[in-house]
Amino acid sequence: MIIVYIDHFDGRAIPASWETLGVGESLAEAIGSDTKAVVLGTGVEAIAQEALDFGAGEALLADEPMFEDFRPEVYAEALTQIVKDNDPEIVLFPTTSRSRELAGMLAVDLDTGLSPDIVDYELDGTVIVATRPIYAGKLLIKEINQAKRPQVLTTRSRAFPTPEKGAAAAGAVTRVELELGEPVTEVHGYKESAGGVTLADAAVIVSGGRGTSNNPALEPPAEITDEKEQEIWRAQQGFKLIGELAMVLGAAVGASRAAVDAGYIPYSNQVGQTGKVVSPDLYIACGISGAIQHLAGMRTAKTIVAINKDSDAPIFKLARFGVVGDLYDIVPALTEALGEKLGKG
Amino acid sequence: MNIIVCVKQTPDTAATLAVVDGKASWGNAPLVLNPWDEYAVEQALVTKEAEGGQVTALCLGPETAEEALKQALAMGCDEAVLIQDPAFESADSLVASRVLAAAIKKLESVDLAFFGKAAVDTDLGVTGPQVARRLGWPSLNLVAAISELDATAKTITVERLLEEGRQVVSGPLPAVVSVVKEINEPRYPSFMGIRKASKAEIPRWSAADIGLDGEIHPALTWPEILVPEKGGDEVEFIEGGDPAEIAGKLADRLIEEKVI
Ligand SMILES: Cc1cc2nc3c(=O)[nH]c(=O)nc-3n(C[C@H](O)[C@H](O)[C@H](O)COP(=O)(O)OP(=O)(O)OC[C@H]3O[C@@H](n4cnc5c(N)ncnc54)[C@H](O)[C@@H]3O)c2cc1C
Ligand SMILES: Nc1ncnc2c1ncn2[C@@H]1O[C@H](COP(=O)(O)O)[C@@H](O)[C@H]1O
Repeated sequence: MIIVYIDHFDGRAIPASWETLGVGESLAEAIGSDTKAVVLGTGVEAIAQEALDFGAGEALLADEPMFEDFRPEVYAEALTQIVKDNDPEIVLFPTTSRSRELAGMLAVDLDTGLSPDIVDYELDGTVIVATRPIYAGKLLIKEINQAKRPQVLTTRSRAFPTPEKGAAAAGAVTRVELELGEPVTEVHGYKESAGGVTLADAAVIVSGGRGTSNNPALEPPAEITDEKEQEIWRAQQGFKLIGELAMVLGAAVGASRAAVDAGYIPYSNQVGQTGKVVSPDLYIACGISGAIQHLAGMRTAKTIVAINKDSDAPIFKLARFGVVGDLYDIVPALTEALGEKLGKG
Repeated sequence: MNIIVCVKQTPDTAATLAVVDGKASWGNAPLVLNPWDEYAVEQALVTKEAEGGQVTALCLGPETAEEALKQALAMGCDEAVLIQDPAFESADSLVASRVLAAAIKKLESVDLAFFGKAAVDTDLGVTGPQVARRLGWPSLNLVAAISELDATAKTITVERLLEEGRQVVSGPLPAVVSVVKEINEPRYPSFMGIRKASKAEIPRWSAADIGLDGEIHPALTWPEILVPEKGGDEVEFIEGGDPAEIAGKLADRLIEEKVI
């Protein structure tokens, strides 16, 4: 049997969970097994139901007030009990902050290996030969857990397809009863919940770098006299253009570290080695030079478009399409062209 | 407070990686203190400066890793220990977490153990939570701020940086805290610090020293390391008389290639 953990937030499944479920279903088919989706939470029965729609053979649901908010020690204890009761060959998680931690704890509880953030796999009998990026994606490593069971892995967002929602869900939701110890931590709530498309899930990302601040023609308002503040103001005009392009494409907005460090945009938008690692279908880099640490975060994008004034910028070595030009000219023109051609103009 | 910080040595992030004799090779690129761990060291030092006590840096690694510990000492850590044993050579996270948890236990009455978000070589990002699980301590992972630390009541409140926002969590000490870069700005080692560190004798601990003799079995093996295939095609530069023409052509190419 294959257990797939479904991560969720605020009553909705994290889309990457369905990709993981799809991996579970492919593996189950190949080794002649079945999938059980695990949903832990409060008021999350609909998510268990949805897991069946996405093809899970069964959905194990633990719906308790104590799972109201994610606490790793509580979730790990619950999941360990469920896994022990079911004795699966494989346990899969989507690579999210929560699930990565949970997978690590489960591996400790069961004294088994963990392969986080895999991007590909082959099967050797029932043994998974997993491929995962190391050195920020500069290399790939193949990894096997021959010695211990279950095999525990997390799958990178957007590295695997989302399965079709089937019309005839054959499985059923099973409620599981658990006996858990006292939790040690307490969650007090959330600050600055982010809206919009999250970077990890985005199919398209439009990113801006230091080049966003480079438009001498822009005259900052008179009350901004500080040079640094003027630079930030200019960059924000650039990011406004980037935001408009993102809007037409239903894209998320990313940034280089130079843009983040200079205060143009929050850290949560940073792509790269010390920011988010993303694999969108399309990545449009505007005014980003393509430093190795930036490439580390986006090199697996299917198609990369670079817009840069400097034809020698390293980003062009990785890009599929390039425009040598000023982002202040090209980005709004592209927004307009795509708006027309995609019928949203 | 008795504070631990776990640090790893990694190749510089600007290194070009290749595969030589089936192993990862970074050529002449320097080995450095794992960049994420600089934030962990800084937070350990800030905490000590506020609460008193001492900071011990722990590293599981080869002989060269002494340099990473010296960097931690130069920044201001009081003690450093290099854990080294042939038994740990092909450590996976299962082994590394076991070793670090055993070393932390040996140090006794620890209040806080700081970790980085991930090691930039293996990109695992699980060792902190795994050590917490082994010790039975709260795992405060991806911490972007410590909003409260009460040494008397022995409690801590932090903000964890999750995809959806900052989760505010509190728990008892001792605890494991894995930090992200938002939490601070790491200091540069002072001249005095560098001098002190260069003279420091860093003790070595073996498997036997931390009570793990003869019972270490990694779960994972690594049959192959590869260089990812290059993006394939050369860049196709889109040219034209004015921005509108260029943008129009680019949009057409993206649609033709079914990118959008
Ligand atoms: C340990 C470590 C970790 C790091 N982690 C990250 C990370 O996670 N993410 C990251 O991005 N970086 C990271 N960096 C920083 C990285 O090395 C680069 O400094 C950074 O990516 C540069 O950002 P940039 O491309 O925006 O700026 P620059 O390198 O300054 O490039 C700006 C580009 O904009 C172009 N330009 C200027 N004006 C215009 C205009 N009007 N129109 C079009 N183009 C224009 C220029 O030609 C230039 O190519 C890290 C560095 C270190 C040492
Ligand atoms: N060999 C090691 N020695 C000491 N600390 C380590 C070691 N490996 C990992 N760590 C710590 O665990 C964190 C997460 O690493 P990882 O889970 O390997 O990505 C790092 O930032 C370090 O703080």
